[in-house]
Amino acid sequence: MEAFVMVLTVFVLAIFVGFEVITKVPPILHTPLMSGSNAISGITLIGAILSSGAKLTLLTTILGFTAVVFATINVIGGFLVTHRMLGMFRKKD
Amino acid sequence: MNPTLINLAYLIAAVLFIVGLKGLAHPRTAVRGNMIGALGMLLAIVVTLLDQHIVGYWVILAGLVVGSAFGVLLAVKIKMTAMPQMVALLNGFGGGASVLVAGAAYIEIIYQGGAAGRQLTISTAASGIIGAVTFWGSLVAFAKLQEIMPGKSILVPGQQVLNALLGGVSAGFGVWLVLAPSDVWTYWVLVAVASVLGVLVTIPVGGADMPVVIALLNSYSGLAAAATGFVLNNNVLIIAGSLVGASGIILSQIMCRAMNRSLGKVLMGMTESGGGPGEGEAIYEGRIKSTTAEELAMIFEAARRVVVVPGYGMAVAQAQHAVRDLMNLLEERGIEVEFAIHPVAGRMPGHMNVLLAEANVPYDKLKTMEEANPSFQQTDIAIVIGANDVVNPLAREASDSPIAGMPILNVDEARTVVVIKRSLSPGFAGVPNPLFARDNTLMYFNDGKKAVLDLVSALKEAG
Repeated sequence: MEAFVMVLTVFVLAIFVGFEVITKVPPILHTPLMSGSNAISGITLIGAILSSGAKLTLLTTILGFTAVVFATINVIGGFLVTHRMLGMFRKKD
Repeated sequence: MNPTLINLAYLIAAVLFIVGLKGLAHPRTAVRGNMIGALGMLLAIVVTLLDQHIVGYWVILAGLVVGSAFGVLLAVKIKMTAMPQMVALLNGFGGGASVLVAGAAYIEIIYQGGAAGRQLTISTAASGIIGAVTFWGSLVAFAKLQEIMPGKSILVPGQQVLNALLGGVSAGFGVWLVLAPSDVWTYWVLVAVASVLGVLVTIPVGGADMPVVIALLNSYSGLAAAATGFVLNNNVLIIAGSLVGASGIILSQIMCRAMNRSLGKVLMGMTESGGGPGEGEAIYEGRIKSTTAEELAMIFEAARRVVVVPGYGMAVAQAQHAVRDLMNLLEERGIEVEFAIHPVAGRMPGHMNVLLAEANVPYDKLKTMEEANPSFQQTDIAIVIGANDVVNPLAREASDSPIAGMPILNVDEARTVVVIKRSLSPGFAGVPNPLFARDNTLMYFNDGKKAVLDLVSALKEAG
């Protein structure tokens, strides 16, 4: 129970931090915000790495492998396309 | 590697994510912000690879290579007009990954005969349900945006009852999983039921409501990652997931407010139907003034300030580069040009800004609704291209209209309004637009791109 309250605390505080930070993002950057935050939610990749690397059963290895693929697409695709988009926002000359 | 060091590295990664997102507060700092976020991710991945529980690297390596190849391909090849589809797809992969990771972690614990506590089982069930809804919902959103499926609202009879039932059943299996953790199959049944729910929740959502749904699915993909963090007892997953969850919720709220619609109604596919087809004719009858490029060129000669109002139609017609040419030409002649962008213009939050930025329109010319509205009275010409409902004065004036109360761009306050449109057909809300019949409105019937190109050449000839 103690441990659960600890992670719950982290969760609730992080949501508040999220609200504070995200409300400061201007509307013109809302699309890069979505793709960039998508890349960040690809953090499940680390869970996927642990599952596929543990080599416990064939099932968990397959699940882990598929999860690594999905999450890597998220991470690489997300950060890269955000970079590409943000590079287009230029001030006048 | 020592677990304490790994956790410290995760803490640094979480801080880098927050600092990175803070960078998105301004276009000037955004590129660096995104890189800081990516650095945090790299750090998290590298220290995870050093974890002593990992015995086999080939599977991981293969997954990373395959995923990176797809990711790079998507990111490099995708057209900016197709960005809503790309984000929908990424949301889906995030949700899918959460389902698989939570499932694998849960099976591992049961397989090893470990004690499956409440935190593990409850969060596994949550991750399975949210993740599966996100995955399938996003695939449907993708299919609609890509026009693999019809983009309009698809209604199944008794849908709301069915959705409530499916939600209840998947939650029921969640309770089963919590009470009898060794019944691993309940997890897959729960995921299957939630998958059907994900499809059914998204198919009633039509065209212009897409921004809300994409933002919401974005939020879900984050929450699914956070739930997976509870499964793994991993703080960096929880922090990153809740940041993304918060971001998606804020964006969905902004979108709903900008359409004056409740989230519930969007998800249930409830579009209040507008007046009958005859209503438009009565409003438009004998009051529509059609114009030509040559006539417009003369009006532009006398203009000093022009505001362009783009909508999804501009993206469909691929007219953004032509619009940029028009802007350059007008500016060469000393005319001030700005863009007024409604929050729900396009198919996702900020869609128009990206398209215009790609067409080399400087970002300081892209104005929000709040910035632009006070300026229309000092505007000589407002050009509406591919937008309809977001400039409909009915939203301000008719309290019984389906779009009543929706904040709009007050283009009718400009001295002259030029509407570039193929026909008088209504927008997504299905209501006629009295703007088209106003005394100061000129209708320029044509395809968006061709209309602007013709206008540019007419201006050049006249000048």
